[in-house]
Amino acid sequence: MNIQDYKGVFVFAQQVDNVLSGIALELVGKGKDLAKDLNTEVTAVLVGSDVKGLADELAEYGADKVIVVDDPELKEYRTEPYAHALASVINEFKPEIFLVGATAIGRDLGPRVSARIHTGLTADCTQLDIGDFPINPIPGKEQLHNQLLMTRPAFGGNTIATIACPDFRPQMATVRPGVMQKAPREAGKKANIVEFNPGFTPNDKYVEILKVVKAVSDVADIMDAKILVSGGRGVGSPENFKILEDLAEVIGGTVSCSRAVVDAGWKPKDLQVGQTGKTVRPNVYFAIGISGAIQHVAGMEEADIIIAINKDETAPIFDVADYGIVGDLNKIVPALTERLKVELAAK
Amino acid sequence: MKIVVCVKQVPDTKGGVKFNPDGTLDRGAMLTIMNPDDKAGLEAALRLKDQYGAEVTVVTMGLPKAEEVLREAMAMGADKGILVTDRVLGGADTWATSQTIAGAIRNLEYDLIITGRQAIDGDTAQVGPQISEHLGIPVISYAQKIEIEDGHVIVERQYDDRYHVLKAKMPCLITALAELNEPRYMTPGGIFDAYNAEITVWGRANLVDVDDSNLGLKGSPTQIAKASDKVRKGAGEKVNLDPAASVDYIVDKLKVKHVI
Repeated sequence: MNIQDYKGVFVFAQQVDNVLSGIALELVGKGKDLAKDLNTEVTAVLVGSDVKGLADELAEYGADKVIVVDDPELKEYRTEPYAHALASVINEFKPEIFLVGATAIGRDLGPRVSARIHTGLTADCTQLDIGDFPINPIPGKEQLHNQLLMTRPAFGGNTIATIACPDFRPQMATVRPGVMQKAPREAGKKANIVEFNPGFTPNDKYVEILKVVKAVSDVADIMDAKILVSGGRGVGSPENFKILEDLAEVIGGTVSCSRAVVDAGWKPKDLQVGQTGKTVRPNVYFAIGISGAIQHVAGMEEADIIIAINKDETAPIFDVADYGIVGDLNKIVPALTERLKVELAAK
Repeated sequence: MKIVVCVKQVPDTKGGVKFNPDGTLDRGAMLTIMNPDDKAGLEAALRLKDQYGAEVTVVTMGLPKAEEVLREAMAMGADKGILVTDRVLGGADTWATSQTIAGAIRNLEYDLIITGRQAIDGDTAQVGPQISEHLGIPVISYAQKIEIEDGHVIVERQYDDRYHVLKAKMPCLITALAELNEPRYMTPGGIFDAYNAEITVWGRANLVDVDDSNLGLKGSPTQIAKASDKVRKGAGEKVNLDPAASVDYIVDKLKVKHVI
């Protein structure tokens, strides 16, 4: 492998049902920053069936180039044809950096692709920078410049590590959704669109999709919410989430929850905040009856204001809360809702 | 049917994480457990064994001490345990780890390989899919339900807002979620038998079709530039008031911060 042959920042533009996922635009935004540091371009790789129409949206969010891999075999996500698409794009276009979202799709696709093309992959990154490796000069070891430094939490968020991939290309990372920022949309901006089809021949590695079952959910995406009213096991029952829903409605927020609540079957998985759920960064996060296990905290600690209500004054949630209230949520939450109704009506 | 289950011995983070003065993890001070997603994968294999009949072989890579999780797996009902351990395998990233495990599995007959989705120490979720790629078999990640039908496996595969029911030809690799099931307990007889059972120990020489350049720290494309204990924001205020005063307190803070 001649590392000098690999140029440009590529991002996987994930789409589901021919709608770009939020992570696609976040990666274009981050890719643009990295490309600027490297004095190169950001390319979005759009994979699916009849998806070419999404290329303009990627351009408006900052993609300089869009490679479209369009084939009927790519209609629904399946590991093998998608891995073939990305591995073929990498072999053909030789990017120096390739970013994939750390989603339920990307965390399956990324490892498969990196293993196919023999490069390193850093999982679930929360920060990406261009810098030197080793970070500080080490006598007798060449310090490489313009390396991708990939920072990620491990141990359920207890430790943080920065990883480099000095000897292989592309430098690959999966990136946690909700962490990177989209660039502002520039209406009418165009990208160079390149169509590429490596050919798709089904084999034993192509699994058959027997059924697609969509969760019936008309709720807002908790990752977009400015205010989250989040409940844990301490809420006590699925019925009692009503008091959280009432609060959310009055304050213009959305209800989310902890993993314990999903495991108990009280709320669907897409409302789950935390390591195995979603990472959220709202302006205000109400943690109600949530003990604050490290895996939960990893998904919400970037909120601007964290308000915790818990009857257990030793609950670890109080270690990250800006404002902690030790008390009975069944008394405080309904009273808060009533009070906010009065306050907001007076405005 | 022959099922291979990959498990990892990990520090138990439930009792909190202990650090050395230099900020690295003090693994010696923490208890170890079988990684929860792997345990769910093992339980899934044991249920398939109960339902369809199967031989379940558990494979782990780690220090010699990792044989403990193999004995635990056998006490739960696994038939065989294989420990892959060798000094030259140390410091492996997910590429080198998956190469090692694939190299070990090439010695075995299998219809199904089950791994946990991710380990609670590394949290990468990469080793399972990478093993499948090295072995050239299909992978189905995030399995929430597994059935066998006529040489094929039928799996419910979870996504954020949906699940797919997938059908794959065996052999196939599946990664299991801890939510998949409630793992069974070890039985007293099982514990007794497992204590006496022979564990197969393999080293570098037993790995099939793996080049030295793909093993251990030297065979790892990713390298650690920096590692540290995470700096947290720290606790803010904590009050213990009656409900009415608590409401006043929250409303006051929301006003100060211009939320309302």
